[in-house]
Amino acid sequence: MSIATIFGICAACLVGLGLYGLIAQPQPLRKILAFNILGGGIFLLFGAVARRGAAAGMGGDPVPQALVITGIVVAFSATALGVAILLRLFEETGGTSLRDTPKESQSEETNS
Amino acid sequence: MSVALNVFTIAAVSFGAFFFLAGTVGLLRFPDTLTRLHALTKADNLGLGLIMLGLLPHVAWPFGALKLIAVWVLVLVASASASQLIARKVRDT
Amino acid sequence: MNVELVFSLGLALLILAVAGFVIVARGSFAAIVGFVAFGLMLSLAWMGLSAPDVALTESALGGGVTGALLLGACARLRRASDVEETLGLVGRGAALVLCLGVTTGLVGVVLCLPDPAPTLAPVAKQSLASTGLGNAVTATLMVYRALDTMLEKVVLLLALVAVWSLAPDRFWGGRPVFGSRQEKGGPLSFLARVLIPIGILVGIYLFWVGADAPGGAFAGGAIIAAMGILGFFAGVSAVPAVSAFRLRVALAAGVAVFLGVGLAGLAAGTGFLTYPENFAKPVIVLIEVAMTLSIGVTLALLVVGPPGESFGP
Repeated sequence: MSIATIFGICAACLVGLGLYGLIAQPQPLRKILAFNILGGGIFLLFGAVARRGAAAGMGGDPVPQALVITGIVVAFSATALGVAILLRLFEETGGTSLRDTPKESQSEETNS
Repeated sequence: MSVALNVFTIAAVSFGAFFFLAGTVGLLRFPDTLTRLHALTKADNLGLGLIMLGLLPHVAWPFGALKLIAVWVLVLVASASASQLIARKVRDT
Repeated sequence: MNVELVFSLGLALLILAVAGFVIVARGSFAAIVGFVAFGLMLSLAWMGLSAPDVALTESALGGGVTGALLLGACARLRRASDVEETLGLVGRGAALVLCLGVTTGLVGVVLCLPDPAPTLAPVAKQSLASTGLGNAVTATLMVYRALDTMLEKVVLLLALVAVWSLAPDRFWGGRPVFGSRQEKGGPLSFLARVLIPIGILVGIYLFWVGADAPGGAFAGGAIIAAMGILGFFAGVSAVPAVSAFRLRVALAAGVAVFLGVGLAGLAAGTGFLTYPENFAKPVIVLIEVAMTLSIGVTLALLVVGPPGESFGP
């Protein structure tokens, strides 16, 4: 039981938690939060693998660490895009529901 | 000499941790927002200051020590401003 | 069972507890505050895994800037009607079973990782001297996997263009609206006036020192972005219009310089994105300067959002 194993198991549990939140939470903002937790868990898994690769006087393998840094920035930009889409959805429909309302699709059919 | 420094570090960090604990107890037990803010900022700033003081003998002098002190001053500034903002919001509602 | 293991175990349990709170919390605001705490504790975990560069980036981006983004969204969505469709009991049970399966599979993977662990650390260390850098992670980002980093900059730019494209047609090219009305001499503008110069200095220092010590362009750029967001929110600096020319130059500079260096390597005959012998470090620093500026501006604008009309208080 080393540090890498402890955090690896923690990462696995975070992935499970995030996935559950992504599926079960009805509100899109909470889904985005759960998606970020899922991402954090995956990155932590990379970190555990990097820690196990400690050699040549370094504390960890630098290649997975570089991948995770890139991943954190890209995950943030995905979150920002998701939030912008959500806010636009709210401005257009007044709610955050992801379901098409039957009334709107009917009126679109009669208009077009 | 190093034994005395280690004892000083352990004592200072323990006192700082105690202040953090006191601040958290205040956060959980005080009745409303303003008293909780008071508990948090008093205890956490003093707690962080003591921890920083305890870590000072172990960093490179002068620049490492200056960086630690700068961290403490920045946390003071940020938490003071944040507490003022929260308190004004509470006062205005 | 030494002290470090006990501390790591405690930290891992704390991280799981906070993540569980974020998933099951009642209100969005509480969940977002819990998420910021989760991000900060995750950066502690990164320090425990001996990855200080990642810890810096995670605490700046994952904890701070994402929290600001989500809190802003939560404030705007407060007037939204509640979402009615919730997953039934059967659905939740199925999701639970699925997630338990995924977790068990990943735990099995973690416990069955090969021993001794394969690692690229010796290979990375070997070529470190010829790059002129001292930090292996920066060398990996800027030299060994430079193509990944350049493409990541392009992804950031594309995300920003996608966010801008969400503006209604009549606001295209205008100014994004960000932040509520703040009184002139209030605590927020005091904080902005004191913190922003120091923050920009810290960001530049982090980028500069990343060549030989933990740091780098991403951590420095994230802190500069945070200072930009603070300035916009406090009203001490105006949010630039989307069509402003200097803004677009600053955004494109990172990718442009990177691509220029890459094509110069191609023209010199040594290949795409190769650096000249014995002159690698100045070229890398040049790319990193443009990158830090671009990352700071892009991340700040990603939080600010598309141009639009102001929403109510």
